[in-house]
Amino acid sequence: MTGTVDIRDVVKRFGKVEAVRDVSFSLLEGETVALVGHNGAGKTTLMKLMLGLIRPTGGSIAVLGDDPAAGQFGGRRRLGYLPENVSFNAALTGSETLAFYARLKREPGQSVAPLLDRVGLTHAADRRVGTYSKGMRQRLGLAQALLGEPRVLLLDEPTTGLDPALRQSFYEIVEELRGRGATVLLSSHALTELEERAGRVVIMNRGVKVADGTLDELRRIARLPTRIRLKVTDAGLANVPNWLGPVEAWRRVNGHMVEIDASPERKIEVLRRATDEGAPVEDLDVIPPTLDELYAHFLLSQETAR
Amino acid sequence: MKNILIVARKEIQEGLRNRWVLATTLLLAGLALSLTFLGSAPTGTVGVRALDVVIVSLSSLTIFLLPLIALLISHDAIVGEMERGTMLLLLSYPVGRWQVLLGKFVGHLSILAFATLLGYGAAAGALAATGAEIDAQSWTAFATMIGSSILLGAAFIAVGYLVSALVRDRGTAAGIAIGIWLVFVLIYDMALLGLLVVDQGQVLSGGLLNTLLLVNPADAYRLFNLTGSAGVSAFSGMAGVAQTATLNPSTLLAALAAWALVPLALAALAFSRREL
Repeated sequence: MTGTVDIRDVVKRFGKVEAVRDVSFSLLEGETVALVGHNGAGKTTLMKLMLGLIRPTGGSIAVLGDDPAAGQFGGRRRLGYLPENVSFNAALTGSETLAFYARLKREPGQSVAPLLDRVGLTHAADRRVGTYSKGMRQRLGLAQALLGEPRVLLLDEPTTGLDPALRQSFYEIVEELRGRGATVLLSSHALTELEERAGRVVIMNRGVKVADGTLDELRRIARLPTRIRLKVTDAGLANVPNWLGPVEAWRRVNGHMVEIDASPERKIEVLRRATDEGAPVEDLDVIPPTLDELYAHFLLSQETAR
Repeated sequence: MKNILIVARKEIQEGLRNRWVLATTLLLAGLALSLTFLGSAPTGTVGVRALDVVIVSLSSLTIFLLPLIALLISHDAIVGEMERGTMLLLLSYPVGRWQVLLGKFVGHLSILAFATLLGYGAAAGALAATGAEIDAQSWTAFATMIGSSILLGAAFIAVGYLVSALVRDRGTAAGIAIGIWLVFVLIYDMALLGLLVVDQGQVLSGGLLNTLLLVNPADAYRLFNLTGSAGVSAFSGMAGVAQTATLNPSTLLAALAAWALVPLALAALAFSRREL
């Protein structure tokens, strides 16, 4: 596994505002990384830094062997970028627009039609982009990002404006590229959506990287309780502590349900008791902490540490 | 090099699509044709050097119109694309910023050159078609006039880019562009004239006058065309000026070329430092 993007001690100031503070991480081939954070956390700034659209105040950046701050752009032929609010010249048609970007990446003209087909824009290929809806513009934006078998994909809020069906096929395309060794960096607010796709999560808050790791690693660090939900018979409901043993926190929900917040080391014990021979349990669900909860946890712990 | 041509091609495509090319060509052709036939009224139809008269009237038209058209297409080139968000995507592609700027320059200049060539060429063609006698000298002067008009356009396109690369929003760019047009095309000459009248030849020497004329691309263009050939200067009433201001045509052309290249280089520099 080789690195494609390397960010080291990067600082970016806009006047007095520090948009990014001492951020370091590297991205490897074949991984999907979610960049998570509030508005203004520095996600877009980081992507712009990787593209050389802005220069870092301090630190160094390398993308596919280029130093974007020095104006090197050779590696960008294998880089796809989808900005947060993608816009195109309204006077040209969809296929003309895509053909222009294909020429800049030295891609053959034949690659345009299949790409338009892939994002479901074939019917509108010869219409002016000015007549496109927001979702169609987003699809065209996606198509241009996929030009030329990119090795690095930077996608800033890629699924805003996409309907659920296209969202699904979008993630399929991304997964396919990742499988062939591309690095995919996704930023999004829709955390539940990223949860199943991202192998790794980088959480940003106010320009600082607060967490970085796989979802499992983050769960272990955060030590958030796992939620265990048991469907209990009437008889069992009356004396929960008797068969469940001493549990730190449990509560009744919807009549027949018992919900337990189990800390990581007590989790197995609780499950054993619940599935014991005589336990009055009819059904159970185990819900690990979601990305949403992890995100909230890391934000909170950083805020209190300040 | 290829990137420059790709960007230029897209600019031309856009110009064709949003009717810029059509509008400019029609405007120039319409004005040139009406000047040609109205302008021949004072000299009468027996005027032997009909094309020389046309050169004088067309170069006066050029001084007003071409800088305006050039600034209109160029002031928006960088700041407009930034505001619309299209620049963000373009610069994420394997293309240098100077290549984007040069590509736009080639594209915009081609549009302007096409319109000038076709518009003014139509006037000359119409004149020739009416059976007016035109000698080789006049044709050369006419071709030179078209060439220098395009150069004047190039100078103002470059100035427009410089403005566009420096300012924060489109409105400011438009305002400054109009200001530049007013200063170079109208106010500068009036001020110079006033200065000459007040001065009565006391302080303003020929050398200083030369410099002052070179500092304004519109004046350099005017002198180049109206004094360039003997036939034309006789009609233009510029023979007097031509004697006082001792500038040869190559100096004037060099001044025009400098007016295109220096702002273009400065625009490239400003654009390369822009953050977006």
